[in-house]
Amino acid sequence: MFSENKQSPTSWGRYPKVKSKQVVPLFWRSELPDLASFDGSVLPYGYGRSYGDSCLNDSGVTLDASRLTNFIAFDDQEGLLKCEAGVSLANVLELAVPRGWFLPVSPGTKFVSVGGAIANDVHGKNHHSAGTFGCHVTQFELLRSTGEHIICSPTQNPELFRATIGGLGLTGIIIWAEFRLKRIVNPYIDTVSVRFESLDEFFDLSAEFEPQYEYSVSWVDMLIGEPNTCRGKFSAGNNNQDPDLAKKPLKKSKLPLSIPFDLSPALTVNPLSLKAFNELYYHVQVQKRVEKTSSYEPFFYPLDSIHDWNRMYGSRGFFQYQFVIPFEDGRNGMRSIMRFIAKNDEGSFLNVLKEFGTRKSPGMLSFPRPGVNLAIDFANRGPRTLRFLDKLDRVVEDSGGAFYPAKDARMSSASFKKCYSEWDEFQKYIDPKFSSTFWRRVTGEEKSPVLV
Amino acid sequence: MKIAIIGASSAIAHEAAKCFARDHAEFVLVGRSEDKLSVVADDLKVWGAQRAEIYVQDVTDLEQHEELLAHTIETLGGLDLILIAHGTLGDQRKSELSVAETLKELNNNAISVISLLTLVANYFEDRKSGCIAVISSVAGDRGRKSNYVYGTAKATVSTFLQGLRNRLAKSGVSVVTIKPGTVATPMTAHMKQGLLFAQPKVVGECIYNGIKKHHDVIYAPGYWRYIMFVIKSIPESVFKKLSV
Repeated sequence: MFSENKQSPTSWGRYPKVKSKQVVPLFWRSELPDLASFDGSVLPYGYGRSYGDSCLNDSGVTLDASRLTNFIAFDDQEGLLKCEAGVSLANVLELAVPRGWFLPVSPGTKFVSVGGAIANDVHGKNHHSAGTFGCHVTQFELLRSTGEHIICSPTQNPELFRATIGGLGLTGIIIWAEFRLKRIVNPYIDTVSVRFESLDEFFDLSAEFEPQYEYSVSWVDMLIGEPNTCRGKFSAGNNNQDPDLAKKPLKKSKLPLSIPFDLSPALTVNPLSLKAFNELYYHVQVQKRVEKTSSYEPFFYPLDSIHDWNRMYGSRGFFQYQFVIPFEDGRNGMRSIMRFIAKNDEGSFLNVLKEFGTRKSPGMLSFPRPGVNLAIDFANRGPRTLRFLDKLDRVVEDSGGAFYPAKDARMSSASFKKCYSEWDEFQKYIDPKFSSTFWRRVTGEEKSPVLV
Repeated sequence: MKIAIIGASSAIAHEAAKCFARDHAEFVLVGRSEDKLSVVADDLKVWGAQRAEIYVQDVTDLEQHEELLAHTIETLGGLDLILIAHGTLGDQRKSELSVAETLKELNNNAISVISLLTLVANYFEDRKSGCIAVISSVAGDRGRKSNYVYGTAKATVSTFLQGLRNRLAKSGVSVVTIKPGTVATPMTAHMKQGLLFAQPKVVGECIYNGIKKHHDVIYAPGYWRYIMFVIKSIPESVFKKLSV
């Protein structure tokens, strides 16, 4: 979304704040501007759901692709959907679900563009079974600053295909994409939710449930300290197979809540409120194990019903910190990291823990890899937060961890190059006219942004 | 349902059309740009349109209107709804300085509409069925210094539709005047987008619902009815001094 004066794009973490030289809305795929004619570098922008600066281009030109929302074709035998890059995953679901199809992979919000889903090679609760979004893309059209429209697929321009998946919008702008949907019998999910009391129990549950369930994710409370390290709720799901449920009308989701103005993180996200929230959320499920069938919306998109939830962190925004560490050092590594976070008294409500699977993405800069993945929010409390995160980087890197660009606003150039060994190869495919604040930062072209 | 959309590349008309596409309507889409019409046609077909044919025509050429309507009716095998959505948002200042410019705006937004309405009204009246829906504007509710040329054209259309509604009521033909407020579309992209700018999707759904319920005048979104009530109530001696 854009800041109030519609001049500058924002990211979900609302940090850093940048100013765009120009915002160019794209309305028709048949009428696209000459990218070479713009003064400065360009970057495509969808709905701004990346947390950090990967979707931002300070002092550059923003190509607002959020109006490229047309569907082009749907093969309802093969499940192949072709649409413009600004179509949101919410739009896809609106079309697909009543026709018996679903997204092959979905992140935790459906307010993400198809272009953004490809550029960040998003992943979701079924990574261990289905891989990333990029694994299901069959082809797309890329517009480069030379004016060329290049069709990319695993067999046509395969290197550019691989560079663009997870390529953070730097190889050109995706105009349309085609991807394969997943057949469903009905829009309901058979869910099971298990309360666990320790990090070890999380790993045991993952081992037990992941082979049987397509979808899994856990929420964790890291404030309980040793010896258990964390406690939480393990959630797993499978698509329900009852054809009769297909006829049951989906309950229209209640009027979404909205946080209409910035809240103060001192009030909302402080040690007391966190402890209180954690106690409540952990205990609200009275039984240890609960099974139920629910519609897909609350299972996949619990936060989407609270519009602008990022306002909870106030106008200074927050940092989302997401990393994956390899299985080899999984248990011990995650234990050390969680201990470090708990000790420093920084924490968030929304901690997501999940094991990734082995399905490889075609993307050169793809983030998910086999291992254990954790995502946390930290309120932006100024230099102290940045210092803490730098120290946390060392602890994560000690366990061989990698960070997720779509969430990042401050990882160092050294960290980035270490996590993404193909970054040098990737550089060859960057369009010379395209750039982002993120890329200039992680390649060392520009210093890390000064704290606002 | 057999639907003709004049000015089918209009963002508002497209969104309304999507709602009808979900009901598996058949379309003829009329406009100046074949490329844009193809984009809209493909989208409507994915959303469920039984078919979506395109017809390239500049409707400011009044002499083509008879042929346009005949072709549309033949293609669809009849006609149930015509949605007239073409138009331009000219430069008020330019119009003030040029008679030719003013007349062009009036032709685009009023005369060409009236020509089509004259023909299609007779067609529907003969058959004693059908629905005529036209995208007018709240700008037609009161002349304001910032856009009175546009407002005049829309006021002309609104009054014409009122008369038509009165004439066709006993024939069972619906006449729907659609009055959107400010909408975030390519037409207004150059303007500062304020709080009152609605999304085309919301406006499109208003139009669809209003047509299904046989409303006479649709303000889209609905709150514009109340805003315009207030605007219209201000005495002229006061209003003439305002910068609204």
